[in-house]
Amino acid sequence: MGADQEQRTVRCLVAKVGLDGHDRGAHVISRAFRDAGFEVIYSGLHRAPEEIVQATVQEDVDVLGISILSGAHDTLVPKIIDGLEEYDASGDTLVLVGGIIPDEDEEQLKELGVAEVFGPGAPMQEMIDFVRENVPDRR
Amino acid sequence: MTDDLVEELLTGKHRALARVITKIENRQPGYREIVSRLHEHTGTADVIGITGSPGAGKSTLVDKMAATYRERGLTVGVIAIDPSSPFTGGAVLGDRIRMGSNVGDMDVFFRSMSARGSLGGLSTATTDAVKALDAFGKDKVIIETVGAGQNEIDIVKMADTVAVLVPPGSGDDVQMLKAGILEIADVFAVNKADLTGADRTVQELREMIQYRQGDVSVDAGHHGPGAGMEDLDKPGEDADGWLPPIVETVANRDEGVDEFLEALADHREYIVSAGRLAERERTRHREEIRTLLREDMSELLEEEIDHRGGLDRYVERVRERETDPYAVSDELLGPLAECVRRTREE
Repeated sequence: MGADQEQRTVRCLVAKVGLDGHDRGAHVISRAFRDAGFEVIYSGLHRAPEEIVQATVQEDVDVLGISILSGAHDTLVPKIIDGLEEYDASGDTLVLVGGIIPDEDEEQLKELGVAEVFGPGAPMQEMIDFVRENVPDRR
Repeated sequence: MTDDLVEELLTGKHRALARVITKIENRQPGYREIVSRLHEHTGTADVIGITGSPGAGKSTLVDKMAATYRERGLTVGVIAIDPSSPFTGGAVLGDRIRMGSNVGDMDVFFRSMSARGSLGGLSTATTDAVKALDAFGKDKVIIETVGAGQNEIDIVKMADTVAVLVPPGSGDDVQMLKAGILEIADVFAVNKADLTGADRTVQELREMIQYRQGDVSVDAGHHGPGAGMEDLDKPGEDADGWLPPIVETVANRDEGVDEFLEALADHREYIVSAGRLAERERTRHREEIRTLLREDMSELLEEEIDHRGGLDRYVERVRERETDPYAVSDELLGPLAECVRRTREE
């Protein structure tokens, strides 16, 4: 394997923000992403939006998957997106939200720059395919 | 594009630093030029390698180290390496979870890397990523890796100071240490020192360090009380006496971290004195060049093999006993060797 042979791997941050202690879903998704050949960085529980921004910027992930089941998405997600903008990272990061998101909020999140919202029961393969198709091309 | 990126990195833009490391990891076109340009800006960071068995508490200790350095006004870069699946290439990089003491502090730049790709590839990528952090202006660069094999040892070897973490009651781990990690340790930390068995682990380590001193098969040339089996004078790097200290830490309670950093600083001072740092740097660059040459060479060969219709053709002939691996290697390398020799003579 030569030094110039390109080895592109999709990098994802699976993030839990705020006071929401339910991480089973985040774990399941982390594993599925790993098995799909992605590199997954898991944030751990109870992270502040700044921590997620810090991790997204430093790890230079292609995909940021935010898992929220507490209903606080309408305060937390905008904070994260603002933070990403501050570091010029919003343009080429695919932001996904998963969890319990009412339909009327979904539109709002998408207007903010969230690429897709996945609710309960979304098939794993669908998410993986979505990531593969929409992963930002950074050349 | 790469010009901008290097400029931005040098002016301290975090996003550019992150992107440069991504390019290094992916071996994206242009990454060689970037690293080449960064090289002249490197050489100021103190590079520390942390290794130890899984669960030894490396990430937690690194977190506390970073926080303590930050209190002292120093900036920190961390590269944490985790294994990746050899089957899918996927990985879950979990070291970041422990970085709780540096929330929102951008001056701790933490980057997870997976052991993707080949053996030499990872150490090249890590060396280059360290360069990026160094050129960015980080005072301390910490490389954290699971000490499991030659691959990882090669990585931490490029640090100025290598610390090996040992959890208490790890008779088996101590066995593992004998297999090679022991020799690379400049400092030992018995982490989780509040657990039972810590004293014994410290004792065992102490004995092993004495053994290492007296053992001629490793490159320390001491003639301490334990020596005497052989009388050869081997002027190794440690010839005039660096005895790896053993520090007891309880990283998650922030105990012993100052003492640990003290031990690292002592070692740093020791290697800076009497030109040992320069010698280490020479060794490191030598390795770096050799690794790169091997990789570039093998790439050139891959190109040649592809040109000749792939390796499988040869494999089948070897299987049919029409030829053998040595003959194949000669056949493939022959023209290259000839070409090199011809050019040399001209």
